[in-house]
Amino acid sequence: MHIEKLIKMANDISDFFNSESDKELAAEGVKNHIKRSWDPRMKNQIIAYCQQDGKELSPLAQKAIQKLAS
Amino acid sequence: MSLDKEKDFGTPARQSDQLVNLEIDGFQVTAPAGTSVLRAAASIGIDIPKLCATDSIEPFGSCRLCVVEVKGMRGMPASCTTPVAEGMVVTTQNKKLADVRRGVMELYISDHPLDCLTCAANGDCELQDMAGAVGLREVRYNPAGENHLGAVKDQSNPYFTFDPSKCIVCSRCVRACEETQGTFALTIDGRGFASKISPSQNQSFMDSECVSCGACVQACPTATLIEKSVIEHGTPEHAIVTTCAYCGVGCSFRAEMKGDQVVRMVPHKDGKANHGHSCVKGRFAFGYATHKDRITKPMIRKSIKDHWQEVSWEEAISYAASELKRIQAKYGRDSIGGITSSRCTNEETYLVQKLIRAGFGNNNVDTCARVCHSPTGYGLKQTFGESSGTQNFDSVMKADVIMVIGANPTDGHPVFGSQMKKRLRQGAKLIVVDPREIDLVKSPHVKASHHLKLRPGTNVALINALAHVVVTEGFIDEAFIEGRCDLESFNKWRRFIADERHAPEAAEAVTGVPASEIRAAARLYANAGNAAIYYGLGVTEHSQGSTTVIGIANIAMATGNLGREGVGVNPLRGQNNVQGSCDMGSFPHEFPGYRHVSDDATRKLFEQNWGVPLQGEPGLRIPNMFDAAGDGSFKGLYVEGEDIAQSDPDIQHVHHALESMECIIVQDLFLNETAKFAHVFLPGSSFLEKNGTFTNAERRISPVRKVMAPLAGYEDWQITQMLANAMGYPMNYSHPSEIMDEIARLTPTFTGVSYDKIDSLGSVQWPCNEAAPEGTPTMHEHQFMRDNGKGLFMLTEYIATHERTTRMFPLILTTGRILSQYNVGAQTRRTGNVAWHAEDRLEIHPHDAEDRGLKDGDWVGVKSRSGETVLRALITDRVQPGVVYTTFHFPESGANVITTDNSDWATNCPEYKVTAVQVTKVSQTSEWQQNYQAFSEEQLELLAKG
Repeated sequence: MHIEKLIKMANDISDFFNSESDKELAAEGVKNHIKRSWDPRMKNQIIAYCQQDGKELSPLAQKAIQKLAS
Repeated sequence: MSLDKEKDFGTPARQSDQLVNLEIDGFQVTAPAGTSVLRAAASIGIDIPKLCATDSIEPFGSCRLCVVEVKGMRGMPASCTTPVAEGMVVTTQNKKLADVRRGVMELYISDHPLDCLTCAANGDCELQDMAGAVGLREVRYNPAGENHLGAVKDQSNPYFTFDPSKCIVCSRCVRACEETQGTFALTIDGRGFASKISPSQNQSFMDSECVSCGACVQACPTATLIEKSVIEHGTPEHAIVTTCAYCGVGCSFRAEMKGDQVVRMVPHKDGKANHGHSCVKGRFAFGYATHKDRITKPMIRKSIKDHWQEVSWEEAISYAASELKRIQAKYGRDSIGGITSSRCTNEETYLVQKLIRAGFGNNNVDTCARVCHSPTGYGLKQTFGESSGTQNFDSVMKADVIMVIGANPTDGHPVFGSQMKKRLRQGAKLIVVDPREIDLVKSPHVKASHHLKLRPGTNVALINALAHVVVTEGFIDEAFIEGRCDLESFNKWRRFIADERHAPEAAEAVTGVPASEIRAAARLYANAGNAAIYYGLGVTEHSQGSTTVIGIANIAMATGNLGREGVGVNPLRGQNNVQGSCDMGSFPHEFPGYRHVSDDATRKLFEQNWGVPLQGEPGLRIPNMFDAAGDGSFKGLYVEGEDIAQSDPDIQHVHHALESMECIIVQDLFLNETAKFAHVFLPGSSFLEKNGTFTNAERRISPVRKVMAPLAGYEDWQITQMLANAMGYPMNYSHPSEIMDEIARLTPTFTGVSYDKIDSLGSVQWPCNEAAPEGTPTMHEHQFMRDNGKGLFMLTEYIATHERTTRMFPLILTTGRILSQYNVGAQTRRTGNVAWHAEDRLEIHPHDAEDRGLKDGDWVGVKSRSGETVLRALITDRVQPGVVYTTFHFPESGANVITTDNSDWATNCPEYKVTAVQVTKVSQTSEWQQNYQAFSEEQLELLAKG
């Protein structure tokens, strides 16, 4: 899949949770949302991108995907 | 089977705690206060002759046929307009009354053509019945006297005729148009002998405001207004009650039949969603079911460049299964999937997702709710704990304030729109939140108190501003919050929403709606007593669709407008079974009943029942499937009842994805746009050809009953079953009721549902289980459905869409539907409904048109970042400057060539409602349209060669 799309999706999800002031909680929200709604190949791809580069991901999205990978 | 006509009680039922006792013809009767004598008599089987009265409309007292004598009362009052009174003694039959009635009938018949034997209503005519009932034996008036027998027949409407020579001017049609439909298209023109029914101002029906709902035809006691199908085929001889397959209102209809031919669809008086009303689609647009374009033989081909080859069912199913298995063997288990549709029954949808989860061995199943109400499912599940609306339709009759957000009920959900208008005429206040001036904003006897004409894409900013007023001006229902909601989340939300960035004055710059209007609307909503929100795709089909749904839930909880009649959060579902298809587990992450696939206990339950291991990871959503097809990891697709090649956004991307797949199996009625990319075509059955159930927007599960044999030999659930068996996953249902029994066994909100119960109650609203054996009209009465029973507030920051206007794309395109057409138009385009809407046009404001030198009807190019199409312009101030609008009912319009791949953050529901475009005058169709036409013609040739 186009990684650009997955990045955009992850960032959009993060935008919603970003209004949570507790960023740990916000990252947990993003992680859970991706975990519960993305197909494994999409998760693997975004995790791989985050681990190799990740620059286009928002800070919250990066944090969430790191949690997803762990 | 018989026609079994519905009883007409003469006047509407009255609700009252006070019961009145009276005597009619020596029999004791008890009736609620306010009931007419006519109805009270009918309730004990005494049918007083009548003509101008019928129980769907208020009494009028004009025909004088229902006169009675009441002890102690002078004269002969009309029983239709005389309410029952305690101790009243009524006589309905004596010589004096008979003489009066005969005299009345004699006058009527003196100006009526005596062609009963050749009249289309022969045997189904109240005038004829009454002539018999009163014993009319002669007409003494000179037939050569002045009369209306030469009045010209109006045949302009595609579905019914108006023959004024047969009209008795009882005004039932006029009143039905006013009271039932709320359009006020008909009137009585002239006085005395010159009185006549007039559509609008002496126009034909087609040229008038008539919306062809059929209420006038239904109300007419003679052949004056009669269906053309009855004229053609004769009166029906039996009727079967079933459910409409169009919008999410889910109207109940009597399919009135002659053998296996549908003569007419008549709205069912006992239908709890529609109470005997209908719209132009459900009432008349059923001819597609027997249209010549129906494909009734299975077909296969190796490549979409090959011609179609008609084969036996066995060969088609065997080929489809072998292809799917081949693809899985080559590309892996997850390389195939399927899409169900909201046009399918619950049982069909359930079977498709079962086939995919258990037979394909993955969770790559999705439904067209993905592209309409998936944000409703997400938002309401998060906040209330259940992915559904909270009320029944009748609840609107107790609302004091109605807020309609991003919905157009009079076009999209017409029968409910009529009910809403009835409540508004009774005095409820209306707030409309919509970029466009929908009919509800101002129509006869209805005017919105506030029309918040916001810029497309700014719903969240507006909802937040409304909530800001609720919080900062002291409109919080503290007791409701304290008792019913999660306090930690509420307090966090209260601080969040009270911030000045959410104030109406800040929102004005974003939404374009004056702050004073926002404040006034918020006060009206919050002070209402009973305030109800109704919303549609104008809420969900945005990049922040789920956020808006959550914002709506927040404001309803904050003001305590939940858990009783007259209030609530009510998503108006687009297609007939959007609610049901979602309930049945057709999303890739959820089993039936909205339980996540990762939930071990739920998965184990299904594994035990289905006898195979199931995957605990979500599958691909529809747009993900297209993306995966593009990268080569998704190669096979089973599509039942959905036309993704027309309905989904950024259609060139979709077409590319479809071309990339190795096997597409389409199960449908017609060679639709998706089928042009398919390798296997399995001919499906229309709603008239199968048994099952639909679940409407109020969670009402209603029966779908087979009224004719499937044209292709099988009901859709049987086809899915054959495919499952060929795939090596055994299914052995003998009737859809067995599928429903399995659903009930495995789904906590459905445990009390069965065909027996649906048949005995007519319909049932889930949850229907031990706690609510006869269903649940109002949700969350005592507690929310979340695990802790408390409503959850969530923060809803406004995030602007990625789609921005620029100098190159200065206008915003938004899309919607029109009354006479339905979604991709596959059904309605094949009916007489094209008389009202034969093409999609681009609505553009006069200022924007003038800037571009456009005249009404000009061909205009509509170009976005995704593509370009050409439509004809319709210049109107219904749209605001800077916004253009079109419908998407015709494939050649290419509305989805323009829409983008932006989607809701939570669900990937496409952002159909916001596309930046430029509009210019052109002289020829777009390159896409030319390519589409060539491709489409090629595919039709390949079909013809088959």
